[in-house]
Order: sequence, then structure tokens, then C-alpha cells
Amino acid sequence: MEDLSLHILDVVENSIDAGARKVEIKIYEDLKKDLLEIEIIDDGKGMDEGTLEKALDPFFTTKTVRKVGLGLSLFREAARMANGDLSIRSEAGRGTTIRATFQHSHIDRKPMGDLEETLFTLIIGNPEVVFSFAYLKNGKMFNMNTTGLKKKLPGNYFSSSEGIKVLRNELNKLDGF
Amino acid sequence: MPKLTLKDLEKIREKARRSTILREGAGKAKITVHMGTCGIAAGARNIMRALVEEVERGGVEDVILTNSGCAGLCSHEPMMTVQIVGGPPVKYVDLTEEKAKEIFKSHVMGREIVKEYALAIGSEQTSTK
Repeated sequence: MEDLSLHILDVVENSIDAGARKVEIKIYEDLKKDLLEIEIIDDGKGMDEGTLEKALDPFFTTKTVRKVGLGLSLFREAARMANGDLSIRSEAGRGTTIRATFQHSHIDRKPMGDLEETLFTLIIGNPEVVFSFAYLKNGKMFNMNTTGLKKKLPGNYFSSSEGIKVLRNELNKLDGF
Repeated sequence: MPKLTLKDLEKIREKARRSTILREGAGKAKITVHMGTCGIAAGARNIMRALVEEVERGGVEDVILTNSGCAGLCSHEPMMTVQIVGGPPVKYVDLTEEKAKEIFKSHVMGREIVKEYALAIGSEQTSTK
């Protein structure tokens, strides 16, 4: 993965695989504290203790189509390379929270990348999921939620040219944030 | 306020009909971009962007774009599956943005399968849907 926005896309796809219908993505950037924090909270089926213990093992996966599960271990590696770490809180039946921290100024911290494109892909590709996104950067806040946006659509789909327009208008606000 | 012509009414009817199709979840085509770790690392997000651009450019209202997990053919990513109503699902592999756009024009809009980029015709197993 080249940047953090791709890791976010990957981890949220896991949430959706786990049956999540509500996903919260929170990013917190604080230059004074030299900290970058990414948190992904879902209401998917969660993990029991045994699964949770193995979740970061690249040779463990719940999938049946292949034998490795690299997503979370790659994300943890990215955090550790930048003097941070990744933690998972999860409870079977209740959902999962993934939290990754990074030293903001660390030379090996991957760039954020194209967050707009990640949100675009997630929202368009998963119309049944409610996404909320909060980005707090040096005291400034960007907030969005797909429930409100959906009301502006003719059908509940973002994957029509009209839906894309509505979404683009909203996500354009992230430009230069 | 200008008078509505018959043509305007037809346009409104067509627009309403298409959005109804969408509400019922039965667009004329469904494109599934494989968005597992392998797909994402290989550039699946750019494939999605290329398709979104085509939908926007053509003012298309009745194609459903969606994501799925890994199908186990990680070395062939990025991949997508195209299904036209009444037709079999076709899995396209080793995509680039250009190939995805070509498939959109030919298969999705023109119902012509692009055999050159297709791996298989028929349903598939993915880890999610």
C-alpha cells in the first residue's frame, strides 16, 4: 500500500465483509503533539477472543478463498514504521474498532494520499452502509454523513451520474482541508 | 414559466423510470470491482475512479457500481465482474484504467463482451458476496 488512504479503504472493506451497516472513520491530526491517529469503528459481527488474538497474524484469515490475511498486519507495519502502533478492540456481536497511531513528522510515515477517492469508492460501492467521516486537523473539523446526503438522491444510489454529482460536491469540501 | 412540451414530459418519464429501476436495485448492469487487500494494492481504486468517470461522462443512471472482497485470484488483480441483466457475469482480470473504460463502453453500454480481457464467464466465489 502506497499511502494511508489505501489502508483505510482496505480496513473498511474488512468491516463491510464483517457485515457492518454503520462505519465511522475518524482522523485526528495534531502537529503540536506530532500525532496522527486513524480510527475505524464498525458495527459488524466483531471477533471473539481467539480470532482477535490471531487477527494481526499475516498467516491467519477468516476467508476461505486464500490462506493469508495481510490487510491488518500491513496497516500495523505502516504504523510501527512511523513510531506508532495499531490496536484492535472487538467483541463478538458488537463490532470492531481499529486504531492506528503515527508520529506525524516521522520520515517513514506514509502520506495520507487521496482520502477523497477512498471515501468515494466506499460510499459508491456500498450503498447499504451508512458512513460517517470526521477529520480533525489542528483544531479544524470536517464532518460528513451519508444519511443526510442520501436524502438528496432520487434513488438511494450514489452510483448514478446524479448521485456522483451530489457526492462530489460534498467531498470537494475536503480539497485543501 | 415556459410551457412543458411533449418531449419534456417524455424526458421526465424516462428519468423517473430509470430512478425507479435503481430504487428497486435492478439497474441494467452491475459492475463489481474487487476491493480486497490484493485488489487495492494493485490499483482497484483507480479502476473504480475510471468507471465513475464513465458514468458521469455518459450521464448514466442505471448501472450499479459495487465492491466485493478478494476472489482468491490475487495475482490477476485488479479485477472486476460485469453482469448485464439477463446475461452471465463476466470476470475481467489484469485491468488498467484504459481497459476498464473500454469494457464499460463495449460490454456495459453496448452488450458486447470484451473477450480479450475476460478470464471467465460464469458466477464466482468471493469472500464476501
